[in-house]
Amino acid sequence: MTTKLFGEPVRRREDARLIIGKGRYLDDIGTTATLAAAFVRSPHAHARIVDIDAEAALDVEGIVAIYTYEDLTGALAEPLPVLIPHPQLTAPRTGYPLANGEVNHVGEPIVMVVATDRYIAEDACDRILVTYEELPVVVGVDAAREAAHAVHEEIPDNVAARHHQETGDVEPALAASKNTLSFTQYIERSACTPMEGKGVHARWDADDSSLRVYTSTQASTSVRAAIAAKLDLSLDKVEVIAPDVGGGFGVKIVHPWPEELLVPMAAIALGTEVKWAEDRREHFISSAHERQQKQEITVGYDDEGRITALDVHIWHDNGAYTPYGIIVPIVTATQLVGPYVIPTYRVIVESVYTNTVIVTPYRGAGRPQGCYAMERTLDRIADVLDLDRAVVRERNLIQPDQFPYDQHLTFQDGRPVIYDSGDYPGLMVKLKDLVGWSEASRLRDDAAARGKLLGIGMALYVEGTGPGPYEGGHVQVLGSGKVLVSTGLTSQGQGHETSFAQIVASELGVPIEDIEVTTGDTRRFPYAVGTFASRAAVMSGNAIALAARGVKEKALRIAADVLEVDPGDLEIDEGLVQVKGTPGASIPLRTVAVLSNPLRYAFDEAAKQATQFATTSSDDKPPVAEGDAPGLEHRDYYSPIRSTFASGAHAAIVEIDQTTWEIDVVKYAVVHDCGNVVNPMIVEGQVHGGVAQGVGGALYERMAYDSDGQLQNASFMDFLMPYASEVPDVVIDHQETPSPLNPLGIKGAGEAGVIPGTAAIASAIEDAVGRRIASMPISPTELYDLVRDDTSEKTATALRRVGTGASK
Amino acid sequence: MKPAPFRYADPGTLDEALEVLSAEGEGAKVLAGGQSLLPLLSMRLAAPATLVDINRVPGLDTVEATGDGVRVGALVRHAHLLHDAAAARIQPLLARATANVAHPAIRNRGTTVGSIAHADPSGEMTSVLALTDGSVSVATPGGVETIAWRDFFVGPLETSIHGPAVVTSAYFPALPARSGTAFSEVARRKGDYAVCGAGVVVTLDEDRRVAAVRAAYISVGLTPEVHDLTDAVAGQPAEKADWAAAGSLARTLVDPDTDIHASADYRRLLVGVLTERTLASAAAEAVGGME
Ligand SMILES: Cc1cc2nc3c(=O)[nH]c(=O)nc-3n(C[C@H](O)[C@H](O)[C@H](O)COP(=O)(O)OP(=O)(O)OC[C@H]3O[C@@H](n4cnc5c(N)ncnc54)[C@H](O)[C@@H]3O)c2cc1C
Repeated sequence: MTTKLFGEPVRRREDARLIIGKGRYLDDIGTTATLAAAFVRSPHAHARIVDIDAEAALDVEGIVAIYTYEDLTGALAEPLPVLIPHPQLTAPRTGYPLANGEVNHVGEPIVMVVATDRYIAEDACDRILVTYEELPVVVGVDAAREAAHAVHEEIPDNVAARHHQETGDVEPALAASKNTLSFTQYIERSACTPMEGKGVHARWDADDSSLRVYTSTQASTSVRAAIAAKLDLSLDKVEVIAPDVGGGFGVKIVHPWPEELLVPMAAIALGTEVKWAEDRREHFISSAHERQQKQEITVGYDDEGRITALDVHIWHDNGAYTPYGIIVPIVTATQLVGPYVIPTYRVIVESVYTNTVIVTPYRGAGRPQGCYAMERTLDRIADVLDLDRAVVRERNLIQPDQFPYDQHLTFQDGRPVIYDSGDYPGLMVKLKDLVGWSEASRLRDDAAARGKLLGIGMALYVEGTGPGPYEGGHVQVLGSGKVLVSTGLTSQGQGHETSFAQIVASELGVPIEDIEVTTGDTRRFPYAVGTFASRAAVMSGNAIALAARGVKEKALRIAADVLEVDPGDLEIDEGLVQVKGTPGASIPLRTVAVLSNPLRYAFDEAAKQATQFATTSSDDKPPVAEGDAPGLEHRDYYSPIRSTFASGAHAAIVEIDQTTWEIDVVKYAVVHDCGNVVNPMIVEGQVHGGVAQGVGGALYERMAYDSDGQLQNASFMDFLMPYASEVPDVVIDHQETPSPLNPLGIKGAGEAGVIPGTAAIASAIEDAVGRRIASMPISPTELYDLVRDDTSEKTATALRRVGTGASK
Repeated sequence: MKPAPFRYADPGTLDEALEVLSAEGEGAKVLAGGQSLLPLLSMRLAAPATLVDINRVPGLDTVEATGDGVRVGALVRHAHLLHDAAAARIQPLLARATANVAHPAIRNRGTTVGSIAHADPSGEMTSVLALTDGSVSVATPGGVETIAWRDFFVGPLETSIHGPAVVTSAYFPALPARSGTAFSEVARRKGDYAVCGAGVVVTLDEDRRVAAVRAAYISVGLTPEVHDLTDAVAGQPAEKADWAAAGSLARTLVDPDTDIHASADYRRLLVGVLTERTLASAAAEAVGGME
C-alpha cells in the first residue's frame, strides 16, 4: 500500500524547492523599503566602555536611528534571561541586549544602527567612536581556573557552576580497585557554523498594534514569549515565524538573541519593517561556540579490563555568559558513561567564565566530550593490559537483558537517566564486521608497504534523545482532500516536511502528495518547545501520529454513520474510507471532511453536501453533537516521562603520511540504532552530516583565540570546516531496538553522527603513530611536533610493536 | 561585511581605463575577477575610492602560446589556462599549478594575471611566474613596459607598480630543452591556499645527468623565491640522483613563518618533502621527453 510510508526511504519533498533557490530564508524577506540594522561590536575581549560618540555617524545620509544601552527601557534594559536555571548554577551571568558599561568578549553588541540599507548602516557603524578602558583578559580553561583575573568582578574564581553527580562513594571504590590509572586530556572549541547565520525581520502594524517577527531560530514559540515579555506586548499581538532556516545545529536554540529583541524594538519605534541578517564574521564572534574542556580522569579496573570505579573532573569553558545554563556540562556528565556498566561514578564539571564567545549546545551538546572521556579511558585500559580495545569494551557493556538500565544519574531534563532499550553487544558485532576490525593488522602491513601508517579506532555512545516537556501536532483534513499538518517546533533542513508527512500518510491512510506540513509558525501552532536534543521525530513525530489517530477516529465515526456500518469495520486507504473487504462501499475522506462541518451556506460544490437540506441528520439532535466540534481535525500532544536513549558505534581507519604527517580518514563505519526508523534515507543523511562535523571537530576545526581574546580565524578561509573532499565515505549499518516509551517506538537521530568522531579518530591516530593523543583536534603540524618529540608518551602497544614513530 | 562606498567605472578600452585610473588617482583600483579584491572590500580591509572594472576591455582575454613561451592576457581566467592544451605543451607548469588554485567556481572568475598583480606569496601563479623567469607587461599612460618578475614583486600583496597602470599580460617563457617540471602542494583542505607548495624545473644534459635544478615555493617567503638546488645533485644521473640531498639543501635556504595552520618547522619539513617528491617526478619527465 503506497500510503504505508513509515520506514520507507521516501525522497525529501523539500529538497527540490531548497536546491533550486525557491527556499525563503530570512534574508529573502522584506523589500527595498525594509530598513537594515547593523551593530557596533566590541573589538576588545574585556573592557569598560568609557564613552560612545555617535556624532559623526549622524552625517551619514540614510541613517534612521542609533541605539545604545541608554535607549533601552523596561525589561529590555535588564540582563538577558538565564534560560535554563539550575540550582548548581550558582553564579549565572548574562549580557544585556546592548552592552551596559562593560564588554566581556570580542563581538559583544554595543550600538545598533538602523539605516535605509545595510551598506549605509555599516558606514555609520564605522564612524561611531567608542572609548574603552581595557581590562585583563581571561582566555581558556587554564587561565580561568588560575583566576589571576576575573571575567566578572564579583566572581573572583571565574566559576559559574560546579555540577556534581555521583552514583556511590568513589574514593573507597578506587582504593579497592585492582588497578587504577589517571590522565588529563583536552578538547578544543568548535562551533555550529550553519550555512545561514542568524537573522531577524520585524514588521509592526501600528493600526492593529501587532508585531510579526521572522527569525532564523530553532524555537519560534519561545522567542515569541520572550519578545512579548521583554517588549511588554500581549502575547496575542506577537507572531513569530521561522522561515526556511539554513542550518542551526544548536546555535539557534539559544534565545532571545539580542537582535531578536532589538530589531522588533526598532520596528515598533520606527513604525516600519526592520531586518538584520548576520554576516559570517558576526556569526563567528557573537553567536556561540562549544566543546572546550579539560578532563582529568581516574579509573579503577580489574585485570580483565572491567571498570570498577570512575572519577572525572572536568573544566568546562562556558565563555563570557551562561544564558543556556549548564546544559552542556550536564550532558557531558551524564552521557559520559555511554553503553557501559560503571559500578561507581563521580563527575564534577566546573563551568568557568572566559572572555570569549558564549558556549551553548552545538550538535552533540557535550556528548562528544563525554564520549571522548569514556572511550579514551577504555583505550588506555586496553593499552595497559595488552587487550584488544574491542574486547575491553565488550566486557564493560550493559547487556540486552539489563534494560531498563538505570545509570542513577539525573539528565538535562531533570529526569533519571534510565536507558529504555538497546542492544550494545549487537552494535559491536555489526561494527567489527562493517569496519573489518579483525583485519587491522593486515591493513597496517599493507599500508606500511606503501609508506603509510595505518591505525584503527572505535567509539560507542548512548544518546539521550527526545527530552520533554512536550510537543504538539495538529492534523486537519480539508474538503479539498488536502491534509494540513502542523507542529510548533522548527525545521533547519532535517527533512521534517517529509518524515512528518510519512507518519501522517501511514496513520491516516492518505497519499503523501495530499499532505502539507508546516513547522515553527506560531500562527499555526502556538505551543512548542523547540528543535534540539534530537527530539523532533520523537516529540513532534509522536504528537502528530496521535493527532492523526484522532482525525482517523473521527473520520471513521462520521463515515460509519453515512455508510451505516460499525466504525470497526472501516479502514482508510489512499484517502478512501471503505468497508473492509467490501469494495465499493466507501466514501472519500475529503467528503467526510465536508460532512464534518454542518453548513448553512453552499459556497462551492463540495459545501453543498453539508448544507441543512442536503443531509439526513435527525431532527431531534443538534447538528454538532455535544462534546464534538465541527471540522475534521485533531490536536494532540506527546509528553514523555523521560528521554529515550539511542545508541551507536563508530569506527575510523586513518592513514598517515610519514613524511608530511597528513591524516587521511580512509574508512568510516557507523552502526546506528535510533529505534524504529521513519525514513532510513533521512536518518542516513543525518548521520552523514554528523560524521562530517565529527571529522571537522577531530581534524580541522578549532577556535584560534590568542591571549588577547581575539579570534584569529573568524572566517571560512581560516576556520577549516571540512569540504566534501575532506569527508570520508561513510558506511552505515542499522540496528533497530524500538523505544517502549512512545507510540511509534522511535528514538532521536539528529546528533548521533557527530558524537564519537573525536574519540574514534583520536584512537585511530594513536594506533597509527604509537604516541598518546591527549589533545584534540589534531592537525598535521601538531602531529609532526608530537612524533618528533622524544618526550611525548609512547603507548604500551607501540612499544610492543615495532616500526612506528617519526623520522626527524 | 558590506564594502564602504566606492565609485565604479567600466571603461570599454585600455586607454579609457588608464584615463580613469589617472583621473581618480591613488584611490583607484583595477577590478579583474574580484576573487581577492571583493572579499577585502567586504571585510573593509580595503576601501578604494574607485573600482576600475577592466572586464569590458577588449583583447585581454587570450592565451598566446608560441615556441618561446606563453603570454596570458589580463582577463584570462584560471579555468581557461588550466584547460589550454597548447599552453600546457609549451609550459606544463601553467596547467599543473592552476589546478591547485582554489575551487572551480573561483577559477571560473579569478584571473591568473589578477593573482599575479595581487602578489600574494601564497598564490600559485606568482611562484610559477618566478620559477619560469617570467615577466609582466604593464600599460601606463606613458606606454607599455615589460617588468621582470624579480622587479615586480616587492612584498606580500605589494608590487613595484604605482600610479595608473594595468597589467595587460603575464609572460611565461617556454620550458627549456631536456627539462621536466612538477608541482605539488600540501593544503589543509582541497583547494585551500597551500600550507606549503613547490614547483620545480629539472634540466638534464645530453647524458641525462642533472644540469640544473630550480625550485620555487608557495606560502614560504614574503615574495616568491626561486632557489637553485643544482649544487646538491649536479652531474648525477637523472634516474638515481640524490633528490633527498636537494630537499635538505632547500630546507636550509628557506625561512618560513609560523601561522595558525602550520609552524615554521613544519613548513620547512614540507619544503624538503615536496622538493624531493617533485624533483623525482620532474626528472622522470625530463628523461621521458628525451626518449
Ligand atoms: C575561497 C578562495 C580561495 C582561493 N584560493 C586560492 C588559491 O588556492 N591560490 C591562489 O593563488 N588564489 C586563490 N584565490 C584567489 C584567486 O586566485 C583570485 O582569482 C586571484 O588571487 C585574483 O584574481 P582576480 O582576477 O580575482 O583579481 P581581483 O580580485 O579583481 O584583483 C586582485 C588585486 O589585483 C589587482 N589587479 C587585478 N588585475 C589587475 C590588472 N590586470 N592590472 C593591475 N592590477 C590588477 C586588483 O586591483 C587587486 O588589487 C582564492 C580566492 C578565494 C575567494
